[in-house]
Amino acid sequence: MGLIEIRDLSKSFNGHAVLKDVNLVVEKGSTVVILGKSGVGKSVLLKTIIGLMPPDTGSIRIDGQEVVGMDRRTLDALRKQMGYLFQGAALYDSMTVRENLAFPLERQARLTVDELEERILRQLGMVGLEDAIDKMPAELSGGMKKRIGLARALINNPRIMFYDEPTTGLDPITAREISYLIKELQQLYQPTSIAVTHDMMCARIIADKAAVLHDGVIEYEGTISGMESVSNEVVKSFLATA
Amino acid sequence: MNNSAHLGSGKTFGLWSLLASFFERIGSLTVFSLRFLQTVFLPPYEFGEVKRHLDELGSRSLPLVGTTGFIVGLILAMQTRPTLYRFGADAFLPAMVAISFVRELGPVITALIVAGRVSSGIGAELGSMRVTEQIDAMEVSGIDPFKFLVVTRVLACMILLPLLTAIVDALGLLGAYVSIVIESSMSWRLYWNSVIQSLTFADLVPGIAKTAIFGFIIGIVGSHQGFKTTGGTVGVGKASTTAVVLSSLLIIFVDMILVKITVWIWG
Repeated sequence: MGLIEIRDLSKSFNGHAVLKDVNLVVEKGSTVVILGKSGVGKSVLLKTIIGLMPPDTGSIRIDGQEVVGMDRRTLDALRKQMGYLFQGAALYDSMTVRENLAFPLERQARLTVDELEERILRQLGMVGLEDAIDKMPAELSGGMKKRIGLARALINNPRIMFYDEPTTGLDPITAREISYLIKELQQLYQPTSIAVTHDMMCARIIADKAAVLHDGVIEYEGTISGMESVSNEVVKSFLATA
Repeated sequence: MNNSAHLGSGKTFGLWSLLASFFERIGSLTVFSLRFLQTVFLPPYEFGEVKRHLDELGSRSLPLVGTTGFIVGLILAMQTRPTLYRFGADAFLPAMVAISFVRELGPVITALIVAGRVSSGIGAELGSMRVTEQIDAMEVSGIDPFKFLVVTRVLACMILLPLLTAIVDALGLLGAYVSIVIESSMSWRLYWNSVIQSLTFADLVPGIAKTAIFGFIIGIVGSHQGFKTTGGTVGVGKASTTAVVLSSLLIIFVDMILVKITVWIWG
């Protein structure tokens, strides 16, 4: 039994089916990367799993609890055990980096001012951005925003992590750095993770397992190295980009 | 013949879809308002955030509403004086200015200016938070964004509007006095006594109290438009504009009802 179990999940927008009976199991402590072209519904899948979008049909079980139809309070409690790195980092632009990191922390844990500051500095140290503590998000580069977003997502030591296109919009060097940083933090915190990306380089670095989503259906599920021996055209086209 | 029939049905369809969209928006706004009433009394209470919005919105609005109030008071006295003079009733000028300003002009001017300034700002701010996934980020952290972003802003507007209205009323009366003193030799004491004697409980309290309802409209409409924004930066612009238009219309419409109720109760 996996920590995250998705069964027959379907979602459509204005009659257009984005997810068609998707099934996926994520084992505890593993990292599954969902690969797919832009617009195939990877982010929709992620947002459906975390309860930001209700599915049309299907079931999502996290640690044995059914997420679909879960009441707000239980869902909020479950979400406090999760972290989410958004595509654009989604830093609160009216807050400094310190306040961005403090925001979830001070509402989830009873900490003194010193403990709070220590946790924030430790987290920023992990992503190598202690100097940015008093900066506003508008003053940061794309790569720095991703790092801060990552630090914020991991600040509560989440059991489950979600990464939405962690390298999109970054130059290849920064994308590689972010991928290795994710790998390093994965090893440190050991959360169960799902990442969606179209970046094969990132997938090779962080994935234990890959799933290829195409036309709302998972076309391949297995290891990254196993993708080499598959004759499926969609899978082949992904490997060709790497 | 066929063409005109076709045109006619097109117009009917256009009107129907416009009406449908209007009622859909009002329905969504009603549900949003009910959610506010359901959430406002439940913990956690974000008093710090309410105070922050009060400071920010108050300092942003005060210079504009204050200046407008002063000038409108001045103009009102300037425009009314010749007519009253013609009927030998210019002694009633302070009373007339005070009643019209405190009952109606002060509250409505304040509300409409704040609607333009604040409701659009809230719509744009929350709209941009929506399209850049900041609201989603709050939600996945297990924090209720409605409570943190909407309830605090609506409460701040409900507290702010009566305070601003009281200031605008005072500045409007001061503006009227400046106009009167330029054209006649009326002393401040005489002017102020006339103002105080002309005002009753039924003028002051409902006039100020109804602005809390206007504050609710400004906050909830701006938040609703921002929270429901779709379509990227274009959507943010639309949210901001719609927030001003809808809140201004609702203020005038609700004011009409409140005036009727006030007259019915106090005469």
